[in-house]
Amino acid sequence: MSTFLVEKLILVVAIFAVTLLIATYLTYTERKVAAWLQDRVGPDRAGPFGLLQPLADAGKMFFKEDFIPANADKWLFILGPGIAMFTALMTGSVIPWGPEFEAFGRTITMQIADVNIGILFIMGFLSVGVYGIMIGGWASNNKFALFGAIRASSQMISYELAMGISIITIVLMSGSLSLNDIVKDQHGMNWNIFYQPLCFVIFFTCALAETNRAPFDLPECESELIGGYHTEYGSMKLGFFLFSEYISMFISSAVIASLFFGGYNFPGMDHFSGITLTVLGTIVFFVKIFFFIFVFMWIRWTLPRFRFDQLMHLGWKSLIPISLINLLITGLVIAFREGWFN
Amino acid sequence: MPSVRDGSTNISSMQSLSNRSKVVSNKKMSLVERLYLPAVVGGMWITLKHLFRKSNTIRYPEEQRVFAPVYRGMHVLKRDEQGRENCTACGLCAVACPAEAITMVAGERKKGEEHLYREEKYAETYEINMLRCIFCGLCEEACPKEAIFLTDRIVPTQFERNEFVYGKDKLVEDMNFRIDITKRQHTGKRTK
Repeated sequence: MSTFLVEKLILVVAIFAVTLLIATYLTYTERKVAAWLQDRVGPDRAGPFGLLQPLADAGKMFFKEDFIPANADKWLFILGPGIAMFTALMTGSVIPWGPEFEAFGRTITMQIADVNIGILFIMGFLSVGVYGIMIGGWASNNKFALFGAIRASSQMISYELAMGISIITIVLMSGSLSLNDIVKDQHGMNWNIFYQPLCFVIFFTCALAETNRAPFDLPECESELIGGYHTEYGSMKLGFFLFSEYISMFISSAVIASLFFGGYNFPGMDHFSGITLTVLGTIVFFVKIFFFIFVFMWIRWTLPRFRFDQLMHLGWKSLIPISLINLLITGLVIAFREGWFN
Repeated sequence: MPSVRDGSTNISSMQSLSNRSKVVSNKKMSLVERLYLPAVVGGMWITLKHLFRKSNTIRYPEEQRVFAPVYRGMHVLKRDEQGRENCTACGLCAVACPAEAITMVAGERKKGEEHLYREEKYAETYEINMLRCIFCGLCEEACPKEAIFLTDRIVPTQFERNEFVYGKDKLVEDMNFRIDITKRQHTGKRTK
């Protein structure tokens, strides 16, 4: 029991640290990618290649005045960024970060909790994540913040449906809600992307909307809402909001990689075993994650923001029907192959 | 005869000066267009190409772009070969200045000051308000003594307004660090 606790504790701390570190450096990467896509250089003053820029930003945020507006609801105002950060961090607990390995006479999994409803757990926490934004926007007592919060909630509700349906399609394919089983099911290049490309496009679009990334960054569109739900925020509370956005981008990429691109599976992985396989698998998984993070950023600096009615139109009138039809066809094909019609 | 109400005939009858005008239409999008994805992929292809392009950034303090020879920056009050100030405080630059940025007080050269000032009259004080100055170069054009020139130096930023009023201490050139104005000596000058 105690070895189990120690093992999980190490994993928890490691994943927590890695998530925070990656989220910190995603702010740097975002600015670098933006710069490269726009023929610029990007941050290059703090340290070599500007690598200390995120630390400088964090230092700046810590030393800013922690201001709460006079008419804001104080406790909700503090609670908002806390919820956003908490939910964003929690989702990382059910993702299988690498293949399991044998050590000290026991099997050690690279997953904090192999919850048998893993993907549902992530969806649940994503839905709670909107509360952080909503509460923050509402408690600010500011028109723009409220607008941002309303947009965020309506957008998340609309896109969660299509996202859920596309997840059900994947669950149909693997027959399990556990992320570990879904990843294992894709062993040997049986990646879901080859069977469900349409589902992937829908899921990816919804993931963009769920993480409030451009072209669906309506909740915080700087040009219209002066930052949207975090208009009134400053100091590290603003930092929490921005941080949680980057964490959820990281987690979304991890979910996309594990649902559609085989997670830690890679071609020729059967030649390795034990700890080597774990290390290689984890590296492969992170390469996939970083690729999708890059795609997220690439899209952000390519596409202009959707108008609100276009957003709703796309969500309700296009993505949901298409994903429903996709689900129906998948279900029929599976039923046919299982021999239900004989 | 083109009707006034019909926008399209109006546009086509209008003469295009640049040959780049496009007739805007509100036609229904086709299915492929409504899928968005081809357009999205096209856009991402364009940005991807920019990813591998050389950046246009000039990293300013380390790297500086070459100024054009006609660049008009901070002024200099020149000295001649023997280190005497060229300026005779005639005030033509102040009169020419459209922004009224230049003021001066004229003084008479005393005995023993011949090595300081070239002619009998000189400027005791000479001030240019760099916040008023529009860097048009008319002072330089007006100067009959080749005393004032605009150089390729940039007026640095300050935190206080009064620090922008440049006196002789900042304007008159140092004989140890002479400022090259040959590039500007004949640009824009009215030749006889």
